[in-house]
Amino acid sequence: MSITVVLFWFLTALALLSAIMVLLSKNPVHSVLWLIVVFFAISGHYILLNAQFLAIVNLIVYAGAIMVLFLFVIMLMNLNAETEPQKNTWLKLAGAISGGSLLLILVSVIRSATDMTGRTAQVGEGNIGLISNLGKALFSEYVVPFEISSVLFLSAMVGAVVIGKKD
Amino acid sequence: MTLLAFDWILLIEKFVLIAIIVSVSLVIAMYETYAERKVAAFLQDRPGPNRAGPFGMLQPLADGLKLFMKEEIIPNTSNKFLFILGPCLAMLTAMMTCAVIPWGSHLELFGRHIDLQIADINIGILYVFGVVSMGVYGIMIGGWASNNKFSLIAALRGASQVISYELAMGLSLIALLMLTGSLSLRTIVDQQMAPGHLWNIVYQPLGFLIFLVCAFAECNRTPFDLPEAENELNFGYHQEYSSMKLGFYLFAEYINMFISSVIMATLFFGGYDIPFLDESTLNPNVAALLGGAALFLKVVFFIFLFMWVRWTVPRFRYDQLMDLGWKKLIPLALANMVVTGAVILWLKK
Amino acid sequence: MQALTNRGKEVERKPMSFWESLYLPGIFKGMAITFSHLFKKKPTIHYPEQKREFSPVFRGLHVLNRDEEGRENCTACGLCAVACPAEAITMEGAERMPGEENLYREEKYAAKYEINMLRCIFCGLCEEACPKDAIYLSETFAPSDFNRKGFIYKKEDLLIPDKNTDPEGYAKARGSKK
Repeated sequence: MSITVVLFWFLTALALLSAIMVLLSKNPVHSVLWLIVVFFAISGHYILLNAQFLAIVNLIVYAGAIMVLFLFVIMLMNLNAETEPQKNTWLKLAGAISGGSLLLILVSVIRSATDMTGRTAQVGEGNIGLISNLGKALFSEYVVPFEISSVLFLSAMVGAVVIGKKD
Repeated sequence: MTLLAFDWILLIEKFVLIAIIVSVSLVIAMYETYAERKVAAFLQDRPGPNRAGPFGMLQPLADGLKLFMKEEIIPNTSNKFLFILGPCLAMLTAMMTCAVIPWGSHLELFGRHIDLQIADINIGILYVFGVVSMGVYGIMIGGWASNNKFSLIAALRGASQVISYELAMGLSLIALLMLTGSLSLRTIVDQQMAPGHLWNIVYQPLGFLIFLVCAFAECNRTPFDLPEAENELNFGYHQEYSSMKLGFYLFAEYINMFISSVIMATLFFGGYDIPFLDESTLNPNVAALLGGAALFLKVVFFIFLFMWVRWTVPRFRYDQLMDLGWKKLIPLALANMVVTGAVILWLKK
Repeated sequence: MQALTNRGKEVERKPMSFWESLYLPGIFKGMAITFSHLFKKKPTIHYPEQKREFSPVFRGLHVLNRDEEGRENCTACGLCAVACPAEAITMEGAERMPGEENLYREEKYAAKYEINMLRCIFCGLCEEACPKDAIYLSETFAPSDFNRKGFIYKKEDLLIPDKNTDPEGYAKARGSKK
């Protein structure tokens, strides 16, 4: 067991545990905080894959900005454990069964896919995630999707401004 | 046994470095409180604290002792775990930024080449941004867990302020990064040290100005200390805190101020570069120590600037703050970026 | 409206010029002003070590005077109490017994003499009203206390120590007044 493997298992366990805690927490604020822990664990995985840029951007964008806004809304709406609606037991059971079967199907499909079986993650040696390689790939090979997504963001910004201007 | 197959000496070296840097930042944060009071006093024609020790030099110790001796109060209706987590997070994120800052070139001790930097990662600046964006959780969690309306409003203010100014801060640096072509802080310093190359402030004065304003906002310093506006919010997000938990928040703020001074000195003022001196002619150990001292002097100037501005410029109103961030600084930073890009292209031709 | 003084200034409401709307020149100007204060002389008086001089007309705590031989001057005539605008002084007279000539100068003396320092406005009218030079306002001021009782000064508190037997206490009660 090298240190990388130990870290991998630790981060995996952390990610899964906190993902479960996101669902189980009664208090929405706790759910958000557990979700932030999930993001940290995933960023840890990125670092193990030597994708430092992705790791830190994941933290800045998701944990640093989006989750802050989530927290913002939840705090402003004063949601807490008491306001959490009590759901029907049958509804919960149905949700668990359907979600579980979806998971099973997904896992079996991914395991049997020929594309996945031939590949393993490059732990600690891949360099796709380094910022210079990523930049080159984004601005040469994937320049069209990149620009299209930027147009998408621009239109979202314009939409937000329009909504904000309306009195 | 592969688990134990490290470079143990490297590990010890880094541990010593971390211990030194952490304790130095704590001592500096302590003396920043003293400097704040002294500078405030001098700017207001007062002598300032002068009872504890010569010139009041022991005042920070007395303040710390006072904080430790205060009664520890956790409000009954607060969320206990998060209430304690808040100041811890604030302190943690404040200290974590130290990791990527180059404090000096390198030492040659016992035949080893010791870099005066904990980790030279190739995304240094982004790491700083990541940690800074985490810093807001300390404020938000603390403010929310206090279960107090003033704290909550202060926390929301703090969060929206930090998010808004982070954007302008990041954009102001993109122009600088176009010039340097690297995100590693050590590379940026080395480029500025290279003969024939001036400090980045010469190439990016507007970028520096925007960065400076955003740094003030990120550190919640006057004129942007809206989360702690005493006259509107009583005390801000740490209103329910007492004893050393309050001390942690205050300390984290001073450490943030120190770190942002270091980053400004590193990015725009040559870091540990000594002007008009070719460091390569000196003994590396002497050069490293002198460089560290030069960095320290630059940092002291910036800390003084923080305090000087605090006692000059009055606080912004909240809408003015948002207006400045979104409508003035971000467009300015974008324009700066475009102009810098155009100039680089033109010069390359 | 007629201006009372000609120091008044009309409020300017014209829109800011571009240079002003940058704010930076204004901020730099302000910072230059605060910086110049860094080198100004500090007017602070470091209290326990340094003390501010009282002004020559300062009126502090009252003292009841003694004459050269250490006898009390006061005859309990009550003129000070009458003169007092704040009604802070009360007294009771008593007759001097034979053998007490070395204690009291006149045949009548004040057995009880109280000044309520919370009422007193330190106007000095008692000092002016006294025909016997018995009451003076010194250059000391009343120390703080936890309850009101402490501010009602009895005769023992007011009477100046005897110059001949206790010169130190005498100098202290007298303050720096000439």
